[in-house]
Amino acid sequence: MLNPDSVGRTFPGAKSFPVTASEIAAFAAVIGEEDLTVAPPTFSIRISLEQSQELLSDPSVGLDWSRVVHGDQKFEILRPIVAGDVLTCSSTIENYKAVAGNEIVTVRSDLHSDGKLVVSTWSTLVVRA
Amino acid sequence: MIQVGDAIAERVFWIDRELLKRYADASGDQNPIHQDEAFAKSVGLPDVIAHGMLTMALAGKFISDWAGGSAAVKEFSARFTKPVIVPAGNKVDLTISATVAEVDGANIRLTINATSEGVKVLGMTKALVVKS
Repeated sequence: MLNPDSVGRTFPGAKSFPVTASEIAAFAAVIGEEDLTVAPPTFSIRISLEQSQELLSDPSVGLDWSRVVHGDQKFEILRPIVAGDVLTCSSTIENYKAVAGNEIVTVRSDLHSDGKLVVSTWSTLVVRA
Repeated sequence: MIQVGDAIAERVFWIDRELLKRYADASGDQNPIHQDEAFAKSVGLPDVIAHGMLTMALAGKFISDWAGGSAAVKEFSARFTKPVIVPAGNKVDLTISATVAEVDGANIRLTINATSEGVKVLGMTKALVVKS
């Protein structure tokens, strides 16, 4: 079970994620995108999901990541990510509920480059009973 | 002139195990339910399933192609209602279509449909694009 005290907490990501042209190219190739000047719209999941896993698996939060399935996902893209961006990712546990033994957690992640917000993304994760 | 109710022609993307492996490497999501059949079955799934985010990435490709490129997509959301099941040695369809839900100058809201083998796999799928 998730520690209820962690709801509303914001975890400033300590790491920074330099975005390379080859990462964008690999992601784009999977979906058949040939324009590599900007990252595809869902590229940021590469960063935010890893951060969410790290944050929610922390013993002080206590989520069992091995039973997590992805419920829904939303992106607000202020500008596309480009190669050369160095992104930081802060995450907030915005919502939590337990329904019929399943736990439903919504994590918001804000990705900044050079102090400016680039993408906000919301992942709703379901921990199966 | 784009109008509310306009349909965007359906397109089929094909998904196989090899694509799942490539998406796992490109996205960093190496959850074995997307690659290892024995593991997937051990946790109660019918077979290997596609990453929900791969499905969403392909839907993103569909809308960005229509709108004029990846940079056109401003908001994008989806619910993962049913898994896309990917048996070994097979490719399965991901069939995507969309409808114009709202027009405000160049800002266009789309409602997107995605099915695989006739089953709806994404729900509440919406996007805001700025069409060039």
